Amino acid sequence: MQRMMIDRAKELLASGQVNRVLGWEQGEHSWDRTPAFFDGGNIENLKYDGFCGPNVSKYLVGEVAKDGVVLAFLKPCDSWSFNQLATEHRINTEKVYAIGVGCRGKIDVEKVRAKGIKGILDIAEDGDTLKVHTLYGDSTVERKEVLLDKCLSCKGKEHKAGAEFIGQSEETSVGDKFELVAKLEAMTPDERFAFWRSELSKCIRCNACRNVCPACSCIKCVFDNPHTGVQNKAAADDFEENLFHIIRAFHVAGRCTDCGECSRVCPQGIPLHLLNRKFIKDIDELYGEYRAGAEIGQRHPLENFDKGDCEPSIVHERGGSAQ
Amino acid sequence: MPVKNENWTPTIVAFCCNWCSYAGADLAGSSRLSYPANVKIIRIPCSCRLNPLFVLRAFQRGADGVILCGCHPGDCHYTTGNYYARRRMTLLFSMLDYLGIDRRRTRVEWVSAAEGAKFSATMNDFAKTITELGENKKLGDLRCKE
Amino acid sequence: MHRIGVFVCWCGSNIAATVDVKRVAEAVKSEPGVVFSTDYQYMCSENGQATIRNAIKEYKLDGIVVCSCSPRMHEATFRKTALTAGLNPYMVEIANIREQCSWIHKDMPEGTEKAIILARAAIAKVQRNAPLVAGSSPVTKRALVIGGGIAGIQTALDVAEAGYEVDIVEKSPTIGGRMAQLDKTFPTLDCAACILTPKMVDASQNEKINLITYAELESVSGFVGNFTAKIRKKARYVDEDKCTGCGVCTEKCPSRKGLNEFNMGLNTRGAVYIPFAQAIPNVAVIDKNQCLHFRTGKCGLCEKNCSAGAIKFDQTEEILERQYGAIIVATGFKPIDASAFDEYAYCQSKDVVTSLEFERLMNAAGPSKGTLVCPSDGRHPKEIVFVQCVGSRCSSDASKGKEYCSKICCMYTAKHAMLVREKYPDVKVHVFYIDVRTPGKNFDEFYRRAVEQYDVDYIKGQVGKVSVENGRLHVQGSNLIDNEQVHIDCDMVVLATAIEPDPTARSIGTMLTASMDTNDFFTEAHPKLRPVESPTAGVFLSGVCQGPKDIPETVAQASAAAAKVIGLLSKDSLTCNPCVAHSDPLLCNGCSQCENVCPYGAISYEDREVRGPEFRGVKRVAVVNEAVCQGCGACTVTCPSTAMDLKGFSNEQIMSEVDAICR
Repeated sequence: MQRMMIDRAKELLASGQVNRVLGWEQGEHSWDRTPAFFDGGNIENLKYDGFCGPNVSKYLVGEVAKDGVVLAFLKPCDSWSFNQLATEHRINTEKVYAIGVGCRGKIDVEKVRAKGIKGILDIAEDGDTLKVHTLYGDSTVERKEVLLDKCLSCKGKEHKAGAEFIGQSEETSVGDKFELVAKLEAMTPDERFAFWRSELSKCIRCNACRNVCPACSCIKCVFDNPHTGVQNKAAADDFEENLFHIIRAFHVAGRCTDCGECSRVCPQGIPLHLLNRKFIKDIDELYGEYRAGAEIGQRHPLENFDKGDCEPSIVHERGGSAQ
Repeated sequence: MPVKNENWTPTIVAFCCNWCSYAGADLAGSSRLSYPANVKIIRIPCSCRLNPLFVLRAFQRGADGVILCGCHPGDCHYTTGNYYARRRMTLLFSMLDYLGIDRRRTRVEWVSAAEGAKFSATMNDFAKTITELGENKKLGDLRCKE
Repeated sequence: MHRIGVFVCWCGSNIAATVDVKRVAEAVKSEPGVVFSTDYQYMCSENGQATIRNAIKEYKLDGIVVCSCSPRMHEATFRKTALTAGLNPYMVEIANIREQCSWIHKDMPEGTEKAIILARAAIAKVQRNAPLVAGSSPVTKRALVIGGGIAGIQTALDVAEAGYEVDIVEKSPTIGGRMAQLDKTFPTLDCAACILTPKMVDASQNEKINLITYAELESVSGFVGNFTAKIRKKARYVDEDKCTGCGVCTEKCPSRKGLNEFNMGLNTRGAVYIPFAQAIPNVAVIDKNQCLHFRTGKCGLCEKNCSAGAIKFDQTEEILERQYGAIIVATGFKPIDASAFDEYAYCQSKDVVTSLEFERLMNAAGPSKGTLVCPSDGRHPKEIVFVQCVGSRCSSDASKGKEYCSKICCMYTAKHAMLVREKYPDVKVHVFYIDVRTPGKNFDEFYRRAVEQYDVDYIKGQVGKVSVENGRLHVQGSNLIDNEQVHIDCDMVVLATAIEPDPTARSIGTMLTASMDTNDFFTEAHPKLRPVESPTAGVFLSGVCQGPKDIPETVAQASAAAAKVIGLLSKDSLTCNPCVAHSDPLLCNGCSQCENVCPYGAISYEDREVRGPEFRGVKRVAVVNEAVCQGCGACTVTCPSTAMDLKGFSNEQIMSEVDAICR
């Protein structure tokens, strides 16, 4: 598949239909995959395999401001973010030639390590198994056991954008993606508070979640703006992490495509996607099912209303005896 | 659980839209319908002007309860403002609840310019609830307290 | 840091009885920026205002806080005071220590403490106030009326009478609208044509009024005082200037199968036609779909017979672009499609007609020349059943019909019943009704005349089924008063169909960003106090487009709308509210969320060169039209980057109030 993508990119570059290519390149380790731009000179360096977890759509925001057309290889989940960014006029779709690429779920190397495998030198994909080459010898791991969390609650392998498509996909979703949210909702407020306090207090305000998030694409974030009164750089106090994460989740509510990047990149392992997914669940339950990025030009639920909408007191009523 | 601090009285911030609820509060005043002095009103042009940042800021600075009052749905001076506010606050309050912040500390009430009695009754009830809940310890930011 | 003065009012004993005003004035002295504070018995009195003016000059104040009654009472007063002392009026904030404090608290220490906190919040806010200057925008002194029915005609006549130019855009070939189709009008029974056609003539002869018939609105841009409308003038294939309206072409036309719209399709007309005898403009129009020349390339009889040389087969549609200061919507209504009501056999029998069809059947210029006949075979009817509330007052879960009352049906049904009995005393007339609603001058008297004088049989109850039996109609209904089933064999059934907004209303509403309700009636700016204005500034409502109404009400509203329009057009420029949203191009992402929530269409986007620390280059940024923005602030909250802020109620201002209260 990687070969097909490189060959197709070369054709399109040679014909002049596209000027640059957005995909993934190898990072520090043999399995690291980082979004990168290519041209005819280095297109052979493009990588596409089970390690290409990063969502590349956000990289188009700055890139489309330049001249020429960008060929963007989009995984199914990337295509939702792509549409949402196009809806918000952050990506000029005329300057992008999107090709959907198949996805069998992406691998979480941390999960490989969690199996007790140390000193990893290289990981090779071989069908449904991974061959792990380590300092201490070789071992194998079942591929499906080490998929990224976001792949386990995949929205489906259908591409929502793309002029053409390369490769096949496999379903990786297992179970109900709102399961954990529902579990939290069922706790008492004090249990919930304790859960989030222990999670959010790990936050070091590195801003990785914000920087990777395709919905958090503000030119200047409110938390960096001295005129908003909430500007801060480091989390110096309990509440500031809460404030930052609540506002971040609120600002992307209705726009979040549930791509799961925030949790994937969090160095502290905070399940940040559970905040976004709470908004998605509430929106679905209160205002009807809505999927950000399903198509370009959608109007999201917070810039919309129905005269018969529920009253805010529903928050009290739904909670019932949990108080 | 009520807090033992004898001197504590709650701080309650009430955001009122200029056209209905602020006028409703004025009517409560001119009708001499009392409500606790802990309730402090901030005038905003429309309920849709209430930024979640203001709500969180109030809690951060030590507010014990935050209430938004606006025109009844359908009566908004700007036609649609309170419809947006309704969705925003529903989702925000649900999120605060999800984070374990007592949902009784946040409220939205629609109060028209004619409902002075409702304004007073709402504030009495809300202040009573907040007093029973006690001091907001979960959200207060120690650095902001003098 | 501003130099702030604080003025604490006693309001006689209204404030001073429960708030220690001297302590308040003393306590705020230590607040940042406060350089002067004082108290006075009546701040709003001339002496009180003089105190403020003198302090502004003496202490070089550039911000003042008045602790007094509600800003809804005296904010405007103190702003004027500031202005006369040379201070920008928007550098004034009011701490409401009367309605929100002294009047509701009985305890002096408690009231005083709260008053101090309210004063601090106002001081914190004024510290972040900036002088605001109200902008102004010029007014184009021309009005556009959309729709040429009685509502549009009346508004246009009144506006023109005041000396302003008016364009009427009418989608059909003639003005006159629904009223032109009516026979007689309730409750006076004057003939509709006799009272309408002189007004149509007035409109056409008024040199200030420009009729643009057979034309539709294509797009509208701009804002109050400065609208630009594109109007698509459809091809008539007849030169309006040359056509004399002699009607020869309409007689010569061999293609005679087109349904006559004016007669509700009860008879046919030629492919080239004049809608009705008194049409204005009295000019023929060619129905392209029906015309043999267009269909086969042959014929051309009309062209040959036109001595004026007015037939123009090569005419094309044209787009007019015109500027307007105000737009009046007068799009009117149409009866709902009765074919959805299968139970009344509307599609099975020609003798089941709607009320508007019945108007044409009774009218001297109608298909039967005013002789009431059954449409199926032309026989004289012996018994007629009228059914009221067809499609009106339906329950919200019903699959068809409207929830609202169409308002005019009770009266026109009484009129029909009375006219039939007057002209044909041998005909028996029954009316099925849910309620008879007759609020209006001389309305109930009119209805009682129908019952008492003309012996119309009013049956309280609904019709369950109409069936065709042996060429006649069998009506099955219930009589709720006698609690029994009623069976009537009759010759005609007349359905008082509900009325609904004209189908073009929705797209016009979208073009104007004028809000509509779920039934597609236009929403008024305030249901009681601003009933003829749309919430969108510069857009006015005339007639049934706003809700069902009869002719006198329509005319009254049309004139009321005209008065509002004249008030607007009489101004050379409009002063804008300075408390409006504004977007910081350095921060704006150009994401369009603010545009989507703006109820006024005040936000647009443009590509602009920006040079900031985060971004350099050309980008899409939001631009607020200050003449259109009303300052609600919906956009400020939807904006994730806080690029959008509201003057007078900025994020920093409100946040500083929060801080002052929670301190």
